Amino acid sequence: MREITLSQAVNEAIAEEMRRDPTTFVLGEDVAEAGTPFKVLSGLVEEFGTDRIIDTPISEPGFTGIAVGAAMTGTRPIIDLMFGDFLFLVMDQLCNQAAKQSYMSGGKLKVPLTLRTNLGATRRSAAQHSQSLHALVCHIPGLKVAMPSSAYEAKGLMKTAIRDDNPVVIIEDKLMYQEKAAVPEEEYLIPFGEAAVLRKGRDITLIATSSMVQVALKAAETLAADGIEAEVIDPRTLVPLDEDTLITSVRKTSRAMVIDEGHQNYGITGEIASRIADKAFYYLDAPVQRVGAMDVPVPFSPVLEDLTVPTVDAVVERVRAVVEGRLHDVA
Amino acid sequence: MAAENKDDCESYLHIYSQMRRIRAFEDNANQLYLSGKMQGLTHMSSGQEAAEVGICEALESTDYITSTHRGHGHCVAKGAHFREMFCELLGKVEGYCRGKGGSMHIADQDNGNLGANAIVGGSAGIATGAALTSKLLGKKDVAVCFFGDGALGQGLLYEVMNMASLWSLPAIYVCENNLYGEYTHVSEMAAGDLCARATAFGIEAHELDGQDVLAVKSLADDLVARARAGEGPFFVLLNTYRYHGHHVGDINRTYYRSKEEESDWKDNRDPIALFGTWLRKQKIATEKELEAIDEQVQADAKAAVEYALEASYPDLSEVDMHVYAANA
Repeated sequence: MREITLSQAVNEAIAEEMRRDPTTFVLGEDVAEAGTPFKVLSGLVEEFGTDRIIDTPISEPGFTGIAVGAAMTGTRPIIDLMFGDFLFLVMDQLCNQAAKQSYMSGGKLKVPLTLRTNLGATRRSAAQHSQSLHALVCHIPGLKVAMPSSAYEAKGLMKTAIRDDNPVVIIEDKLMYQEKAAVPEEEYLIPFGEAAVLRKGRDITLIATSSMVQVALKAAETLAADGIEAEVIDPRTLVPLDEDTLITSVRKTSRAMVIDEGHQNYGITGEIASRIADKAFYYLDAPVQRVGAMDVPVPFSPVLEDLTVPTVDAVVERVRAVVEGRLHDVA
Repeated sequence: MAAENKDDCESYLHIYSQMRRIRAFEDNANQLYLSGKMQGLTHMSSGQEAAEVGICEALESTDYITSTHRGHGHCVAKGAHFREMFCELLGKVEGYCRGKGGSMHIADQDNGNLGANAIVGGSAGIATGAALTSKLLGKKDVAVCFFGDGALGQGLLYEVMNMASLWSLPAIYVCENNLYGEYTHVSEMAAGDLCARATAFGIEAHELDGQDVLAVKSLADDLVARARAGEGPFFVLLNTYRYHGHHVGDINRTYYRSKEEESDWKDNRDPIALFGTWLRKQKIATEKELEAIDEQVQADAKAAVEYALEASYPDLSEVDMHVYAANA
């Protein structure tokens, strides 16, 4: 199968959906001729023109609000939020307006809106261009949240997001844009709420999101050399969450670790760990482990920044401690 | 302005009736609250009927509006029915939003009302987005964004007006300046020339007496036609007044505005009384005919209130319905 980059996968998904549905359009900063700073949307304006690939002023709340209204009246906007950190700028329009329209109107209004943005530290971009803020949007009923971990997922989830009749936040790992994966030429969609079991194992379940999926897979490889077989699961969408696949796995392996690049406090790792504790407690041989980003603003200095995100080594070390029953020695 | 033919006369009487209906709706909603039959918050727009009706009478049902927390008047003016509105205010399942939105989120999609909004200025983006849809899909729909003077403090408004101007969207931004944002006078919150906030973006702006329904309607007719023709966006500043407090519970208001001021607006600048006088002077309607309209409107409101009081609440199973739209 051919391999394409995550960036190309996103681009293809959007192009295909725009060809399929003339009411789909892109709105954001420098999305047209510039193709975004990450060049993810390069070439789209040549095919679809500036009527459908629309450059906006630097007005994130404004263009998000406009997309909400456009979505409510018969179009399918895709908004490009250049950095995930800018979610803070658009929270009212996203969470008070888009997320609640269906409910507040008793189902009369809908907001088929896709907001694509990104996460990920270690790009030396410091505290306001490095955050992984998906937990914020996962907290809000009415939003769906997709987190692709490779080019394959990026394409399939993006197409599903665009076709969904609800506001979907799709968050890409900005450090993975140039990473390639096998992506079919023919059309496919990845349904929301279906986790992918990426590696089978019997000793521990590693549940990893987005950027952390590669970390989990590499850790599993290292651990396999020691005879520890980790099962690796990518939920792919956090809302809706495929709880069944996670719980089934943990009941089998009896141990679980959740790895996510968002801050650990009050975040995704805590939520998923709690659900596992609720539904697999009697199957557990060890407390569910949480591995999130440090609870500090992302520092610029490279030596400091590297300390803030979960690493393969940290995961391997923690898994060994869990499996060998010496968790509290390293805590 | 004079009545030139029978159609005009009917149109004038419809305007009168719509203003009356808003006043009756608000009076009844106020009573429901004061008598403890309605819970929560509600905000009355009595006094602002000319602005609401004057604009909406220029629109088709396919045109869009977005409204505010003070949104009953816009909803009525855009064609909503009393029964579904009172049901909504009382949280009943037959309400426009199955009781889930309430006073501050009432929406009437069938008549192009994309909803009241409890975030001040929060619907500016939605209205502008509706205008963008119209342009992108090659439709002729116009989107009117209603907001109060309080929303002039919100940055969102300026972001979307900028884009609406850059992209020549068929949007009309209608600021009902009722002089108070909550409990604070506009002069303490908005610096400079209010219309200049729009003209700075190259948006044609008009300021006029918001108590003169025919003046508002006449301007709206012109701007709506021009917006349909691609000449938008526009900004309209309507000077008006709210008779009630910020919300139904805001009873003692003398710390922020005088009783004399309130009386002056009610006695001398009431939009319904002014228009009623004009209708009589023009011999479009007699006092008696106007009274008949009033009585009919009162009876309609009373019947709708009685219906809504007896209507069913949503089934408890609805609590987690409609969080997400079902995909087609």
